[in-house]
Amino acid sequence: MLAAIGADSVEEFYADIPDSIRLHRPLNLPDPLRSEAELVRHMDRLLSRNKPAELSFLGAGCYQHHVPAVVEEIGNRSEFLTAYAGEPYEDHGRFQALWEYQSLMGELLELDVVNVPTYDGFQAAGTALRMAGRATGRRRVLVVGPVDPDKLSKIVDFVRPDHDVEVLDGTHDGWQAADLVVGADVAAVYIEAPNYHGVLDAALPSLAERAHAVGALFVVGCNPISLGVVASPASYGADIVCGDIQPLGIRMSFGGGNAGFIATRDEERLVREFPSRLFGVVPTVVEGEYGFGDVFYDRTSFALREEGKEWVGTAAALNGIMAGVYLALMGPRGMREIGETILALTAYAQERLAAVPGVSAPNAGLVSFADFVVRFTGSRTAAEINALLLERGIQGGKVLSDSDALFCVTEIHAREDVDRLAAVLEEIAK
Amino acid sequence: MSSSVSHGPVSPADARVAPKPGLRRFHQARWDEPLIFELTSPGERGVGVPVTSLPVPSLPAGLARVAAPGLPEMSQPHVLRHYMRLSQETLGVDLNVDVGQGTCTMKYSPKVNDSFVRDARIAELHPLQDEGSVQGVLEILYRLEGLLKEISGMDRVSLQPASGSSAIYANVSMIRAYHASRGDGELRDEIITTQFSHPTNAAAPKTAGYRVITLMPDADGYPDIEALRAAVGPRTAALLITNPEDTGIFNPRIEEFVRLVHEVGGLCCYDQANANGILGITRARDAGFDLCHFNLHKTFSTPHMCGGPAAGASAVTSALAPFLPRPTVEFDGSRYFFDDDRPESIGKIRPFYGVVPNLVRAYAWIMALGGPGLREVAETAVLNNNYLISKVLEIKGVSLPYAQGRRRVEQARYSWEKLNADTGVHSEEIGYRVADFGTHYWTSHHPYLVPEPMTLEPTESYSQADLDEYAAILAEVAREAYEEPEAVRGAPHNGPIHRMRDASLEDPGTWAVTWRAYRRKVG
Repeated sequence: MLAAIGADSVEEFYADIPDSIRLHRPLNLPDPLRSEAELVRHMDRLLSRNKPAELSFLGAGCYQHHVPAVVEEIGNRSEFLTAYAGEPYEDHGRFQALWEYQSLMGELLELDVVNVPTYDGFQAAGTALRMAGRATGRRRVLVVGPVDPDKLSKIVDFVRPDHDVEVLDGTHDGWQAADLVVGADVAAVYIEAPNYHGVLDAALPSLAERAHAVGALFVVGCNPISLGVVASPASYGADIVCGDIQPLGIRMSFGGGNAGFIATRDEERLVREFPSRLFGVVPTVVEGEYGFGDVFYDRTSFALREEGKEWVGTAAALNGIMAGVYLALMGPRGMREIGETILALTAYAQERLAAVPGVSAPNAGLVSFADFVVRFTGSRTAAEINALLLERGIQGGKVLSDSDALFCVTEIHAREDVDRLAAVLEEIAK
Repeated sequence: MSSSVSHGPVSPADARVAPKPGLRRFHQARWDEPLIFELTSPGERGVGVPVTSLPVPSLPAGLARVAAPGLPEMSQPHVLRHYMRLSQETLGVDLNVDVGQGTCTMKYSPKVNDSFVRDARIAELHPLQDEGSVQGVLEILYRLEGLLKEISGMDRVSLQPASGSSAIYANVSMIRAYHASRGDGELRDEIITTQFSHPTNAAAPKTAGYRVITLMPDADGYPDIEALRAAVGPRTAALLITNPEDTGIFNPRIEEFVRLVHEVGGLCCYDQANANGILGITRARDAGFDLCHFNLHKTFSTPHMCGGPAAGASAVTSALAPFLPRPTVEFDGSRYFFDDDRPESIGKIRPFYGVVPNLVRAYAWIMALGGPGLREVAETAVLNNNYLISKVLEIKGVSLPYAQGRRRVEQARYSWEKLNADTGVHSEEIGYRVADFGTHYWTSHHPYLVPEPMTLEPTESYSQADLDEYAAILAEVAREAYEEPEAVRGAPHNGPIHRMRDASLEDPGTWAVTWRAYRRKVG
């Protein structure tokens, strides 16, 4: 090959790299694991130091759900796994699968515009708020009710060049809309359904009215797996809906499975503020054929660099395809059933645990979905309780404070799992 | 019973299969697959769900779903068949000589690395599990940071960014925090980048509130140093620069660029998206940079997954380390743990700790290669690129603008300007026709500074025969453009679908991002 090029050595190709910045030694890295067998042995040694929990009550933004085998069969298909930025004519299947993902989410969310997934629910919330700010031209953003502090950190870092974030009562559950004054300088009111503590706030519809009364946009973060049974935020007035699709058939992978969605009505003033790709369906020159391409590409930084909306790059497309497969497998009946099962089990868990001496469920009177707060009123802290649970093979919830922890149940838990947790707490939580 | 067709004696010559033609007779799967909503069959379902006998609580007023979502009702084999067909209508890297997606470093991702992340000991870990139960993954993160420190020369690395663009934004956030900590955050409101950097290098600083100054290339294709001299000043927060740029040209005066920016108190941030050709050759730190980022899904071989999930890494000097996203991963000699107590941190830029499956894959890839292996990757990629250049430049109508007589590093941006002037055929149309031969081709990001652009990046994954095949496809399409342009203009001929009528994608009255919108607008 060198001869064909007319070069003496590979060194010639590096002639433009000055000697002063050359690395005049080999990289100091571990000796290579040249054979696949050696690599597997090395990795197995590392992986053996990880222990998935036998029984876990962790949620808080990353959820254990059953992943149907067909979802992974499709997600592992080599064509989907290794494709990238192909054009519609050679990657037709990728375009169709992603357009169908948008469409399936659109049915769930009752909204006409859904993006190709962005990185995660944190990014989706940050971008949704910036979209609201651009659409309204206003500076203030109100964040209502409990929000994951890590998510809030991302939101603040992301929106602060253009927006001041005001957090309204980050610990209060069952927010009363009457308590909240929304001024005419507010771009967006952001709230979650369910919120960080798992509560579905009865004030959501009236909060939407309050935001709209002054021309602010109502932005709702939601857990999409609840929507077979919980009303879509659009139905009670949300203008922009965002969240994370990890619950829809994506494994937890130590937090690596998160992927974000953003959805709006099909209004040009909102559509033009999406930074991410939106695929659309079109006819081809052959009757009966569907084609797919980018909608309004000149929104994006791919087209306009800094004049585009935020930026677009490689995000989390395959998670979208997998979530689409999940929704197709579940259908309307599966989504209703899973929602009912989780709602019922969450209520049962709160009631059952609150009956344990030294334990209370402060939000037991409110409807919660998956996540719920448990308060330890005995002599031990939440962290100490967690340590004792671990000794008995149970991973407890996320510690929120000395007394409180955020527990979570999903359809993978049986009533007996909750009973086992309650029985252990009866021993240790006094 | 004997056949009704009579076969005479067969000569050995008749039994020999003729040699393969010069170009592959490719045809992609064409399933004429309906939309998934057209496959619904009321009453069917694909998977069962645990159903509870516990009472379901009533939802507050207005919060109960009234109408069931309009999802399709399908049996499991029908869902599987639909998506299998769509996968067959997708041209992944595993199926083709994917050198046509320049700037993206399309390479082979070893299959064994996928097996590690499908293992329950990664896939089934919750990120908030007790640290004692996840020492293996923490060790992988800690060790991967160490590997990337050596590869970049930097002092600390965050693996939290979700992608290269996410890492660029994290770096811009750290630049903002650094200047704010020194009291001149308000003053420094400009970030300088170059025209041939990834669009995110312009869009992310703008999103972060900076004024963006773009350096155009000089006559040789290098970022214009005189423009840089004119741009730097007390308002300069940072320079964001890719080297080699997306033209494949390495800027030999990079140290001078760094010096000019440092002299006015700005920071220098190296976009290492194109690092594949310089691994082990030169490092961000060696050129004086304060921050850099890697795209782990490009340089370090994690699959591209139809456009993500990707993974990024932000690497910084110790002066910037306090601002890294929290938490960091630390080791006390016996135990790995997260350090979340980082008061100057820019905070979280992604949930939890990053796209862990891709971090595991990247770690395994680097461990399999080691230092000499990484250098061999770079040298092979660069050799492949320069070989492909020599083949492509033999084709009528193509040229390689800028830096005449200089070598390229790991990719090249060509121009079909002459072919277009001679025949009227555009670069995009060449791409549609190239797909007919079973491979992929891309022009470049917009705006097209190089007329009728084509960007090829062969990486280390392709053999000489692969590159010859790709060049032969380009040569054939160029010949067609001159001799039978309708063959190019009518393409694709062998794809899953035919040419689209796509003007409606730009019209708010007709664009349809979902099936709901399509039914409402088009019927």
